[in-house]
Amino acid sequence: MKALKRIHGRAIPFGRRNVDTDLIIAASHLKTVRRAGLGRHAFAAARAERGNVFDDPAFAGAPILIAGENFGCGSSREHAAWALADMGIEAVIAPSFSDIFAGNAFRNGIAAIVLPRHAVDRLLDAAWRCPLTVDLEEMIVSSPLGHRFVFAMDPFRRRCLLEGCDEIALTLSHEEAIRAYEERTGT
Amino acid sequence: MSPVPRTLYEKIWDAHVVTRGEDGTCLLYVDRHLVHEVTSPQAFEGLRAAGRRVRRPDLTLAVADHNLPTTRRVDEKGRRLPIDDPESAGQLAALEANVAEFGIPSIEAIAPEQGIVHVVGPEQGFTLPGTILVCGDSHTAAHGALGALAFGIGTSEVEHVLATQTLWMPRSRTMEVRVDGRLGFGVSAKDLILFLIGRIGTAGGTGHVVEYRGDTFADMSVEGRLTVANMTIEAGARSGLFAPDEATFAYLKGRPMAPRGEAWDRAVAGWRGLATDEGAHFDRSVRIDASEVAPTVTWGTSPEDVAPITGKVPEPDSFADPARRAAARKALDYMGLVPGQRLQDVAVEHIFIGSCTNSRIEDLRAAAEIVRGRRIDARIKQALVVPGSGLVKRQAEAEGLDRIFTEAGFDWREPGCSACLGMNPDKVPPQGRCASTSNRNFVGRQGPGARTHLVSPAMAAAAAVTGRLADVRELVKP
Ligand code: SF4
Repeated sequence: MKALKRIHGRAIPFGRRNVDTDLIIAASHLKTVRRAGLGRHAFAAARAERGNVFDDPAFAGAPILIAGENFGCGSSREHAAWALADMGIEAVIAPSFSDIFAGNAFRNGIAAIVLPRHAVDRLLDAAWRCPLTVDLEEMIVSSPLGHRFVFAMDPFRRRCLLEGCDEIALTLSHEEAIRAYEERTGT
Repeated sequence: MSPVPRTLYEKIWDAHVVTRGEDGTCLLYVDRHLVHEVTSPQAFEGLRAAGRRVRRPDLTLAVADHNLPTTRRVDEKGRRLPIDDPESAGQLAALEANVAEFGIPSIEAIAPEQGIVHVVGPEQGFTLPGTILVCGDSHTAAHGALGALAFGIGTSEVEHVLATQTLWMPRSRTMEVRVDGRLGFGVSAKDLILFLIGRIGTAGGTGHVVEYRGDTFADMSVEGRLTVANMTIEAGARSGLFAPDEATFAYLKGRPMAPRGEAWDRAVAGWRGLATDEGAHFDRSVRIDASEVAPTVTWGTSPEDVAPITGKVPEPDSFADPARRAAARKALDYMGLVPGQRLQDVAVEHIFIGSCTNSRIEDLRAAAEIVRGRRIDARIKQALVVPGSGLVKRQAEAEGLDRIFTEAGFDWREPGCSACLGMNPDKVPPQGRCASTSNRNFVGRQGPGARTHLVSPAMAAAAAVTGRLADVRELVKP
């Protein structure tokens, strides 16, 4: 996975709360046996609405998405993270995320940034006017309009994103401990 | 000094730590891994690309369920019928090729044991108390009913578990959901879990592992507990646990993959020690009086949008939070409902009895009880009963439940996920309204434009025979 340090560009001001993974990618697109190519099916139901932000040319290729509470709830389908990655999304900013989605996101090089509701509201507003910057090293989201919001992130996940590490290789370096566990417990 | 009292979750966690990483993240050993066709192909592909093997095929079990059609699977001679949709067929073929290549035990699509992973695991005794069980599916939470720490994982994690039999996990906070008292007449485990989700919201359990406690659950069947644990994820919590008790042991004893003989006795002795210690601390506690719960239905597009069947479609402006108001307005628009409308006046044309939430024998019995001697309403366009597994189907047929359903006008199908999600041929058409025993009423979940009302099996049966959302208590005497 490629390392991710700083994300800069337009942010799609979606803003909706309880965005479930069925909405991000509908079940009819889960029959693929590949990871790539799901971006064009992302948010199909939302895109069917007239004047939706996803089809606004101002946000074409935007690397950031801003949403409301509980983003990525529902189904564990990693296809949701693949679809976002395939759209070119590298960071999602929301007041909260579902646990499963947050895990899927970082494993696919997408930073799930949690900010308080008032900060998210201000960024939603700013996103219509200017690009945003998400700095994973400094842990700050900023805008040229002077916004500056500090966020926290799980240190393990942050390191994985910054270094673009292969989690399985990391775990396999603990082979001895895994074998010892199996012997100790008779598993 | 006496040891610090621990919760069930903490006991299972502590027993599975392989090594501790930075900041409390632990590498945990996974005892059981269920694999299905939709979330596994990319994981196997990843293993192949990296030249990795499956570390413990013996702790893994594969079964197809999500996109298998629920129509006949074999011809008169018992030969397997082909699947029409090439993509579904491709995904099933990929699973079969992958399990063969990596040596993973599996249940074939036409085997009598085939069914929805979350029905099959407990039924086979693959799910055991005190284990860590994972599956690339969020409703894995269901297995917590037997006292397994069970949670859904993404495909990258599926690959990680296949390769290492472990997962890196941050420790969750703990939440006690305590329910005391008796559920009223006509009120089931499904109504209770919908009520709870309505109370705490779909993000109410985020970051937490829930433990269900109190005498309502002590009196509940294992099937009922599976329904409750299953929908824990709809309250945002990845796992929901029940301490194993006599009912759990009775349920598991003699299951094909459960321990036998002396090993069984030793296992039970260990399982008895799993219950949360007296005085253990929970980070959060929610209390519910079982007598408050009525037969419950959803009116919106999130499982937290619930109301008692005697209630009305809410006024969006009645919500304090502006974001919730906007969501409610959008939901009502999608659902084609008007604020103030009586829920019992809402006509439905589709009925779905099935899914990993409500497709076990007890669920089918509860629905059949209402249907017996009645016919589905003339306005119903499709009424499906889809048993959770081949074994449930056989049991139901032995009890004559299939006849009760088919004589009333229901379709009696082969096991699978069916109309729970729109990825196999069973779907609800655009603007079609369905009373469904499944777990998600999301926009488009049962098919593009489909309108879902989540209900219990008895309530789905009541809707079928009346052609509207109906109060099951008016159809039967206590
Ligand atoms: S029945 Fe529905 S919720 Fe359960 S595993 Fe299948 S698709 Fe998922």
